[in-house]
Amino acid sequence: MNAVAESRGLGWRLVQVFTVLVYVFMFAPIMVVVILSFNDSQFGGFPMTGISFRWYAKLMENDAVLRAFQTSIIVALITAVICSALGVLGALALVRYEFPGKEWINTILIAPALVPETVLGVGLLLLMRWAEQPRTLWLLVLGHIMLALPYVVLVVQARLIGIKRVYEEAALSLGANRIQTFREITLPLLMPAVVASLLLVFTISFDNITASMFWRPSGVETMPTQILSMLKVSISPEINALGTLMIIVTVGLPLIGGGLARYLARSGR
Amino acid sequence: MTGPSMTTAPAVELRNVTLAYHTFVAVKDVSLSIRKGEFVTLLGPSGCGKTTILRSIAGLVQPTGGEISVAGRRIDNVPIHKRNIGLVFQNYALFPHKSIFDNIAFGLKYRKVEKAEIARKVKRALDMVRLPGVEKKLPSEMSGGQQQRIALARAIVIEPDVLLLDEPLSALDANLREEMRTELKIIQREVGITTIFVTHDQEEALAMSDRIVVMNKGEIEQLGTPEDVYRRPETRFVASFLGQSNLLPGRITAIADGQARVQLDGGPEIIAAAPASARAGAAVTVVVRAQKVTIGAGSKAMPGKVISASYLGGTAAYFVESGGIRLQSNATIDERVWREGEAVGITINPADCLLLDEKGDRLV
Ligand SMILES: Nc1ncnc2c1ncn2[C@@H]1O[C@H](COP(=O)(O)OP(=O)(O)OP(=O)(O)O)[C@@H](O)[C@H]1O
Ligand SMILES: [Mg+2]
Repeated sequence: MNAVAESRGLGWRLVQVFTVLVYVFMFAPIMVVVILSFNDSQFGGFPMTGISFRWYAKLMENDAVLRAFQTSIIVALITAVICSALGVLGALALVRYEFPGKEWINTILIAPALVPETVLGVGLLLLMRWAEQPRTLWLLVLGHIMLALPYVVLVVQARLIGIKRVYEEAALSLGANRIQTFREITLPLLMPAVVASLLLVFTISFDNITASMFWRPSGVETMPTQILSMLKVSISPEINALGTLMIIVTVGLPLIGGGLARYLARSGR
Repeated sequence: MTGPSMTTAPAVELRNVTLAYHTFVAVKDVSLSIRKGEFVTLLGPSGCGKTTILRSIAGLVQPTGGEISVAGRRIDNVPIHKRNIGLVFQNYALFPHKSIFDNIAFGLKYRKVEKAEIARKVKRALDMVRLPGVEKKLPSEMSGGQQQRIALARAIVIEPDVLLLDEPLSALDANLREEMRTELKIIQREVGITTIFVTHDQEEALAMSDRIVVMNKGEIEQLGTPEDVYRRPETRFVASFLGQSNLLPGRITAIADGQARVQLDGGPEIIAAAPASARAGAAVTVVVRAQKVTIGAGSKAMPGKVISASYLGGTAAYFVESGGIRLQSNATIDERVWREGEAVGITINPADCLLLDEKGDRLV
């Protein structure tokens, strides 16, 4: 009796320790980056020699970094808007209408999420070369749309299935045409999914490195490719500051958006 | 509304409407004409095509054949949002993100009604369904019964040519359902709106309707007043679907004095009122409502034995056996409740017996 309780207590302890270890493993690198970004030392590692914002200040003077940051933000914003719009329309067609080849189109839309990014990167690049098109920022946007579209379609589809068709039917019977019904009924009820997909696409695009390396126009850097090229030269503490900023963007934005989506979902129900 | 053609044209008319989903024919050659202000119920078992008929009038599905007219106007090629039809769904379908006011005002907005007029109409509609002052609430803040009233108000406020209700009460609990049934009927009378009501609850249909359309497998079995369909079922299906009936196959052995002697298959003989078309020697089915089968101690009666008895308060439900056939009897309790195994006398008034021919149609 006592032994059983003891062994259960021991098992429970082990689980606790393990959980803590997993969290440490996951978050230690992030913490290290954030902490070191405030390190006064010349070298991008421990020990801490003092606390300062000098690496952030230096970052603000670094034109290449600022340009890369700007590029990433613009690409991510454009991608998010276009991709979400396409995703909503696609999901709407797939969920609400019957047409031949529907299953196939669904599979094809989801496929880019399953194919390795490197393959997609090379593929799109070869296609562009074959079509004799230059590598422009639009190619990058196009590529990011392709990468993120499956997730948008999945997110919006899931929500759309949950929106009962009778709402739309009721609106139609009351005299609203299809477009008015979409604007007044479907879209507002879909809003949480739209917000979620905007954020999702933004982060997917903003974070992407593998595919971006293939697709970016020559001489143009995105944030992740910029960091990579900086690392090739030296491990400057600037990178820690940059990393911290990226963490703030890619974690903070979804948190804000998640809260917003939850608020919309609640007021929408 | 007052033109001479309008007063003569039926409010709703279906001519040979057929609708197939892929290869499955859900509605077969249905013709139906409904007068202005009439309350007509589509009644039938699950899957018989009631909703499909309603949805084709609303414009949510396209019939594969036939014509539909509302207020004298062909509408089967008119898109749904131009049909001016009021729809109420089983699960209310109130827009969850809109206030009660905006829900009811929705249809008016697309009819170019002025703001002040909208406010007035919404208020009047809410008064009509006895829910004044709830304009600012959200649908989720209201009970099921209240939501269904709002849905009704939303459908009526646009002054539709016809109101279509698809099992609007079936999501409510029993007490509320009965209350709403009465209220719905009162509102319908007050507004004088032509109404098509779908249900598979026969009690609801009998209580509310001016006429009932009994459907089976996509076809109309009988169209008539509640009394018609209940007391004079025209087909075997109607006879067995409405209320509890005994359907007893047999053969007419003789006809005399307007009464037919029917030898029941493997059972006793029974006397039924003979319709004009009854012929001696014809195979028939005798239909007797369970309430019309009385049992007692009488000696003149057909002898039988109680197989099972359930006491239901004012009435009792019995299964009795007589000469190899089994009869259902739901009788008011006159003498006492008979117990299982007791020998009893069964009485059936010849006037309470209907005869169906071999095809299952009532002999007249
Ligand atoms: N979209 C559809 N595709 C294929 N078959 C359908 C579709 N909708 C309905 N059916 C079939 O058509 C028949 C009639 O359906 P309908 O919904 O009109 O029945 P109902 O009388 O309203 O039944 P219930 O009382 O269960 O609501 C059913 O057998 C159903 O399976
Ligand atoms: Mg139905």
